[in-house]
Amino acid sequence: MAKKPKNKRRDFLQLSTVTLGAVGTAAFIWPFLKSMSPAEDTLAAGSTEVDISAIEEGQSITIKWRGKPVFIKKRTKEEIDAAKMVQASDLRDPQDDADRVQKEEWLVLVGVCTHLGCVPLGQKVSDMKGEYDGWYCPCHGSHYDTSGRIRKGPAPKNLDVPPYSFLNDNTIKIG
Amino acid sequence: MDKNRKVHQFKNPVLNWIEFRLPIISYFKKEYGDYPMPKNCNYFWSFGALATITLVTMIVSGIFLAMNYTPHTDMAFDSVERIMRDVNYGWLMRYIHSNGAAFFFIIVYIHIVRAMYFGSYKYPRELNWILGVFIFLLMMATSFLGYTLPWGQMSYWGATVITNLFSAIPFIGEGLKTWLLGDYNVGNATLNRFFALHYVLPFVIFGVVGLHVAAVHVHGSNNPDGIDIKTNNDSVNFFPYMLIKDTVAMCAFGVAISAVIFFGPNLMAEVDNYIPADPLVTPAHIVPNWYLAPFYAILRAVPDKLGGVLLMFGAIVILFVLPWLDRSKVRSCNYRPIYKWFMMGFFVNFFALGYVGMLPAEGLYLLIARVGLLYYFGFFFIITPFVGWIEKPSKLPLSISDVYAKNITPNIGGGEKGMPAPAMQKDTNL
Repeated sequence: MAKKPKNKRRDFLQLSTVTLGAVGTAAFIWPFLKSMSPAEDTLAAGSTEVDISAIEEGQSITIKWRGKPVFIKKRTKEEIDAAKMVQASDLRDPQDDADRVQKEEWLVLVGVCTHLGCVPLGQKVSDMKGEYDGWYCPCHGSHYDTSGRIRKGPAPKNLDVPPYSFLNDNTIKIG
Repeated sequence: MDKNRKVHQFKNPVLNWIEFRLPIISYFKKEYGDYPMPKNCNYFWSFGALATITLVTMIVSGIFLAMNYTPHTDMAFDSVERIMRDVNYGWLMRYIHSNGAAFFFIIVYIHIVRAMYFGSYKYPRELNWILGVFIFLLMMATSFLGYTLPWGQMSYWGATVITNLFSAIPFIGEGLKTWLLGDYNVGNATLNRFFALHYVLPFVIFGVVGLHVAAVHVHGSNNPDGIDIKTNNDSVNFFPYMLIKDTVAMCAFGVAISAVIFFGPNLMAEVDNYIPADPLVTPAHIVPNWYLAPFYAILRAVPDKLGGVLLMFGAIVILFVLPWLDRSKVRSCNYRPIYKWFMMGFFVNFFALGYVGMLPAEGLYLLIARVGLLYYFGFFFIITPFVGWIEKPSKLPLSISDVYAKNITPNIGGGEKGMPAPAMQKDTNL
């Protein structure tokens, strides 16, 4: 038993050396890992103002915001009604149409499929719009409705609604 | 230091001078000169050497391409077109590199088929198999990164789809994806790091290949009969026998790849990749490179994002444990009358998965992909352990020489690829 205190001291030294070494290594690695995150100028990519006065009812435009496509659609009466008729509880990603728009004729969406990031079709008159008459992703066959909600196919979520505000009746600020 | 080390003596004094300080000459003599190869190895055993040659070719052509390539979103596409049109022999470098990647996968797939059919993954070569699966994973990562660099439509959208796979991971997925991309979508930061990683990973592959070769040299190569070397009569020296044989294989390979490089350089390319990347327009069909298509088919066969991603990665990870799923002690499928057919079914199934992976995921194609997915995992989890348990293997020859000793009678049907062994094995199967 006379040896025990000595062993304890050695254990302590060993443990503290390993711990300090591990902390030091982690502290050294961290800046390298962090350098791979988006840089400050990327984060600062600002907001975009869009003139919407020229968009007719039923028409949709695509603009670029932070490198991604954003769909701005002026919906028709039928499209609004179709979106409102749906019971939110029946959906894969339950959300009421009212929670996805600020003014019900204007639908603003990030045009990126929530499955694997393709841009869904449906912006042009000639495009396939899918079974729910909204958007259809050609990559893996996801169908979105007139509120941009996922209805069929592999995508797990509704199309994102970006942060936006109406500066006046003719201008939307996105971001 | 071991003072009793016996230094190998050569006639050449320069070699002796080197050998005394670094015994590299005797190492090469042992590993590549006198190294015993089973004498019944057929041309399937040349694909490891072919893969090594191709890796070196890819690294060399890649270094020369990098001298003229610009990893910036505004200039990448144009710099590749400049390589094609203005750089002296740039077109040749690029076609060697792009087709070399495809041939690299052809060779490695044949190499894997060889290892699976003849049971090379079994005791005592399990670690060798694991290292091989690592190389395969690294190759897939490297080819994906490289495919992004020309910055065409397929480059951009392929990169988008594959990096989005990570967003399927619960809680940390989105953050992980952003971290990998260095941006919220595939952009300049992404292109830069993909170039850096595409440059360095082949050297990592080269290192793992070194371990892979070192590991196989410990217990020696497997062979079509799956039995160990017992006497000197069972083997031939690597030099000159296998070197000559590998050289013949290399000539045949050179003819095949040259035919594609010079007469059909875009056979395996996607037309859409000659359109510069456009983040606002997705091509109607995003098609992976054919050599990744079987896994892409698995991804799309599952109607759930996370489930598809898990099964796709699972399809590769499952390979790591194959040596422990297979309970049979008999290595070669030539002596496994039942498993042999399931194994061939697995290869056909993998091919079918790759075929539907290139086509839209709908209707019959989707059904084929789902059946293929079931067989893929069923093969590993049910068939492989179960067949090993119930199957009665055919009688193994006593030794490798024994295979030939009994084969003195006229060789009916002829040996495959000039080797008498397979015809012989048909007899033993009866």
